Amino acid sequence: MGDNGKGIKQAGRIEVSGLERVYRVPGQPPVAALKDCSLVVEEGKLTVLVGPSGCGKSTLASILAGYDTPTAGSCLINGHPIKGPGRDRLMVFQETALWPWMTVMQNAVFGPKVSGALDRRRAEEHALGLLEKVGLKDFRDKYPAQLSGGMQRRAELCRALVNEPQIMILDEPFRGLDVMTRELMQEYLVRLYEESGMTMLFITAEIEEALFLADRILVMTNLPGTIKKVLTVDLPRPRDLSVLSSPRYLQIKGEVMEALYEEGAKTFGKLKNAFNLLGSCQTDSEPAGHGQ
Amino acid sequence: MTTAAPPMAAPSLALRWRRTLANPRLWRGVLAVAGFFLVWQISSMGALPFMTVIPTPVEVAKAFWVFLAMPKYWQSWAESAQRVFWGFATAQVLGIPLGLGMGWSRSFKELSYPLFELLRPIPPLAWVPVSILFWPTNELSIAFITFIGAFFTIVLNVLGGVSSIPKELVYSAVSFGASPAQVFWRIVLPATIPSIATGMMVGIGITWNVVIAAEMIAGNAGLGRLTWEAYLAGHTPGVIVGMISIGLAGYVSSALVKLISIKLMPWRKII
Repeated sequence: MGDNGKGIKQAGRIEVSGLERVYRVPGQPPVAALKDCSLVVEEGKLTVLVGPSGCGKSTLASILAGYDTPTAGSCLINGHPIKGPGRDRLMVFQETALWPWMTVMQNAVFGPKVSGALDRRRAEEHALGLLEKVGLKDFRDKYPAQLSGGMQRRAELCRALVNEPQIMILDEPFRGLDVMTRELMQEYLVRLYEESGMTMLFITAEIEEALFLADRILVMTNLPGTIKKVLTVDLPRPRDLSVLSSPRYLQIKGEVMEALYEEGAKTFGKLKNAFNLLGSCQTDSEPAGHGQ
Repeated sequence: MTTAAPPMAAPSLALRWRRTLANPRLWRGVLAVAGFFLVWQISSMGALPFMTVIPTPVEVAKAFWVFLAMPKYWQSWAESAQRVFWGFATAQVLGIPLGLGMGWSRSFKELSYPLFELLRPIPPLAWVPVSILFWPTNELSIAFITFIGAFFTIVLNVLGGVSSIPKELVYSAVSFGASPAQVFWRIVLPATIPSIATGMMVGIGITWNVVIAAEMIAGNAGLGRLTWEAYLAGHTPGVIVGMISIGLAGYVSSALVKLISIKLMPWRKII
């Protein structure tokens, strides 16, 4: 901890060990979203958690944010167990969570105002600086509904960054954006990360996105979620086209895909069996020579 | 946004009128209303034998003219409007906090919801006899029945609104360090305004339904009474005048409520 020379006071560290989250619905078998899940998110690093949809990524995110409680295991932020939500770690959600009745500026200064961290004028100055950085300065008095999807995401990043959290948790924040907007957002995020030097945990289901952003990649397996593989992405920044076509890039991508593919194969294997079963039932009624 | 909006401050009055008159939407509406009156006129003149008990639009218009000059007609408007206002306003003042409380506190909901659900199915008009017995004046008892009509609707809408607030909106406020009071006033309350607006919109319609019926049963004045008295006097054009007046009254109050809800939600330009 301490000043890392990038302008932020502290960058947080997450240590998770033996985490388990079982959902119990009366009358149904219990579902384990997370089981024996252990990981470390290092301070000042951009860690990307990549895994297939429905593998428990979001459950992990809400436990880390303090919105959900695990059924077993421990979660430490800077060595202290998590006790509910806190300003030290802020979350950006899949769907926009901007308050629709507040303008962009009102959204952005909400955090500093309610926490009393900054007075109104200082908070607005600080927010304006961030909004300018993401190209939203002229939209500060607009309501969220008047912004495009990409602008909403940028406004939301600003709203969190104003609070100078030690950790940012981003749960598939760019899902649903078109490819071009998405790439633009990834560049914005890397820039904001490099300027702030804070710890970021970015969750995604897209391998390319993970490789473009990450210092470290954690590959998560299917339900129940646990960390299958940890990779260090030693690609230089900025990751321009030459980096993204280098042999090292392809090598790391191959490793991630291999880890994910094994997982996919397990699920697919089950599906294949089901299809085989279906096929054998239908063979008699299929006319000969059909198919292929 | 309009296509090719000219860069001038405000179009002239003549131009605005010309635009309005050129709008086919207006003419379709006019066509329907004019057609309705035409069919009504022809059929009540004898084209349809069973329609001859209904006065023609021309007779109704004549009766309307007479009513407009009668102080009693305007008094009826004032009486009904007053009852609607007090019943409706009281329902909002009591119902909005109750709905918010039920949505905010689980234990308060567990305490109040069963009783609420037990009383809710009782139609407002079923309250008439008890209301007359209980309240010292007729005026109060009609206002009370009107109140019942709007009360359950607003509570149910507000409760539904609080329960359907996306959890992310509350979560992020909590993460930023907002206290429970700040979450309530700055997040939960504004997030519920659209539901409050819907509840008011539905409620004002019910209120007019209820006040008219209550006046016919128990009132001694008001638009409902006016219509009923016209019927008792065998003055059918008067009955129709009463009906049209009630329709207009409902229309005007709905428009007022809509205006209020637009003012309450500047972030929503279109409802």
